Amino acid sequence: MDTLNIAGKSYQSRLLVGTGKYQDFAQTRAAIDASGAEIITVAIRRTNIGQNAGEPSLLEFLPPEEFTYLPNTAGCYSADDAVRTLRLARELLDGHKLVKLEVLGDPNTLYPNMLETIKAAATLVKDGFDVMVYCSDDPIIAKQLEELGCAAVMPLASLIGSGMGILNPWNLQIIIDNAKIPVLVDAGVGTASDAAIAMELGCQGVLMNTAIAAAKDPVLMAGAMKKAVEAGREAYLAGRMPKKLYSASPSSPTSGLIA
Amino acid sequence: MIHLTINGNSRQFEVESLTVGELVEKLGLTGKRLAIERNGEIVPRGAFADAVLNSHDKLEIVGAVGGG
Repeated sequence: MDTLNIAGKSYQSRLLVGTGKYQDFAQTRAAIDASGAEIITVAIRRTNIGQNAGEPSLLEFLPPEEFTYLPNTAGCYSADDAVRTLRLARELLDGHKLVKLEVLGDPNTLYPNMLETIKAAATLVKDGFDVMVYCSDDPIIAKQLEELGCAAVMPLASLIGSGMGILNPWNLQIIIDNAKIPVLVDAGVGTASDAAIAMELGCQGVLMNTAIAAAKDPVLMAGAMKKAVEAGREAYLAGRMPKKLYSASPSSPTSGLIA
Repeated sequence: MIHLTINGNSRQFEVESLTVGELVEKLGLTGKRLAIERNGEIVPRGAFADAVLNSHDKLEIVGAVGGG
């Protein structure tokens, strides 16, 4: 059985999805069901005090018993804030250890600040967290994160929420070739073919949010992404034929033609 | 009177003493899944009833929301 293995647990689905930017919780749930995702990211935010006390919460629509929650540190710009956020998440989710670390460096590009990310990763690993880390597509940085003890590295394909697709497959390839831990593309996927390309490169999985939530029909796109990730994975396992420029090879017999 | 900063807002409570558990009740958050940090340190859920707040404590009360 071909499974995604992260921090000692195996998953059937290699598509990880975010839970932000949907119209409402019902649409969130429908899209996640269509995606087949088992791991879903959530953000940690201040609770509304004194208002909307009775409003429904995300956890009611996506019970933590049904999914593996991946609390993130979206919006954190320092290692300290990221570590505090994930300690709160661990308490919130009853000791849950699997987390997504991201430390941003710039509000316009949401590009990661890798110095702060590395600092936070070291603290979190020491603190017993299983850290899946959003990072730049620098192969040296990815290796350093692995050596720190991260559970998975998740380089960007392009900027968060940009839908620009995979801009540097060569760097991703180097990261994948050198990694002993799972490599997942996080951020930048725009449509199904992007997800398939990531998987064909040998990624262990793909994490996305906006590509599904900002599609005209998020539920339909979620299904498309599920198939793309599966197709890309199968193509990777099958091993593609070599590309042959100037060396055509017919698929039909060359003899027995009528004359 | 106890002065607290809760999620960045200052709040006063006309009581002699207040525990984290009593605060959660006063804020109408009983039964909600949340996590609380006091002055930078996590207050475990099991310790809410025993955690006595001091005036000028800074609290962060958080929950899970949609995100990517």
